Amino acid sequence: MADKGTEVHEELDYHKYKKKEEMKRQVITFALMIVFTIIAFGMVVSGLDKLFIIPIILVLAAVQVGFQLYYFMHMSHKGHEMPALMLYGGVFIAFLTVLTMLVLIWW
Amino acid sequence: MSEHDVLNPKVMPHDPERATLEGKNKFLGFWFFLGGETVLFASLFGTYLALRNSTNGGMASNELFGLELVFIMTMFLLTSSLTSVYAMYHMKNNDFKKMQLWLGITVALGFAFLACELYEFYHYIHEYEFTFRSSAFGSAFYTLVGFHGGHVVFGLMWILALMFRNAKRGLNLYNAPKFYVASLYWHFIDVVWVFIFTVVYLMGVL
Repeated sequence: MADKGTEVHEELDYHKYKKKEEMKRQVITFALMIVFTIIAFGMVVSGLDKLFIIPIILVLAAVQVGFQLYYFMHMSHKGHEMPALMLYGGVFIAFLTVLTMLVLIWW
Repeated sequence: MSEHDVLNPKVMPHDPERATLEGKNKFLGFWFFLGGETVLFASLFGTYLALRNSTNGGMASNELFGLELVFIMTMFLLTSSLTSVYAMYHMKNNDFKKMQLWLGITVALGFAFLACELYEFYHYIHEYEFTFRSSAFGSAFYTLVGFHGGHVVFGLMWILALMFRNAKRGLNLYNAPKFYVASLYWHFIDVVWVFIFTVVYLMGVL
């Protein structure tokens, strides 16, 4: 009985430790997101060339969204195959939609 | 064990949001919904990108937008995303009071964001007479940014409703998926905002 008690206790401590570790990673993610935001705003204020800035801030936005999805929304965890399929399905249609609108005004 | 005990374990399982079949279904269904929301916002982004230069002789985006307020709004929303992560951390540790506290902070930051957005719109309408009907640019701008603002309002009402409804009930496996799904929605609002501040505001002032 006593053995079982300590075993449960150890398992609990292990889970707590894992959750703490994850929380640490999430705080680091948050710090990186803040840094990316500041870089994006800073670049626009700096007055560099438009064609240079736009691709970079779009990439920064995409990376930030990746952080949000994989760390804040736990998509890096197990059992997220279906969510990933649904979200990326949505992203694919989204890409086609934006592309269509932009091509429409090309001429 | 009665049904009551099953839903109120002494220790939260590893993934409380997916411990019951109902929770699993909610989780899957909500991600499906988020995929659909992505398409919805893409259509609004596409429309905005196509119409952003159609100013009808009125104000253009680089005359209109100021980056200071947008930066502050971004910080509010980004921080509220982290505080809802803290709330879910305490949910997994079965600490209801701390979860409520962090959700409360999330809601406060959400309201701060919303107040800034309302001020921004008020400013555009009264100072610059830039309205929904000014130009195609105006319609596309208010539709896209307003739709996101509407999502913020809905998210705030949702989280507040969950907080009040469960204030005396406490946390269990019946309502854990509800809190979790609401936090996913809140993160998604921040995901959309990242693209709004990049595509609308930053690319708008360039």
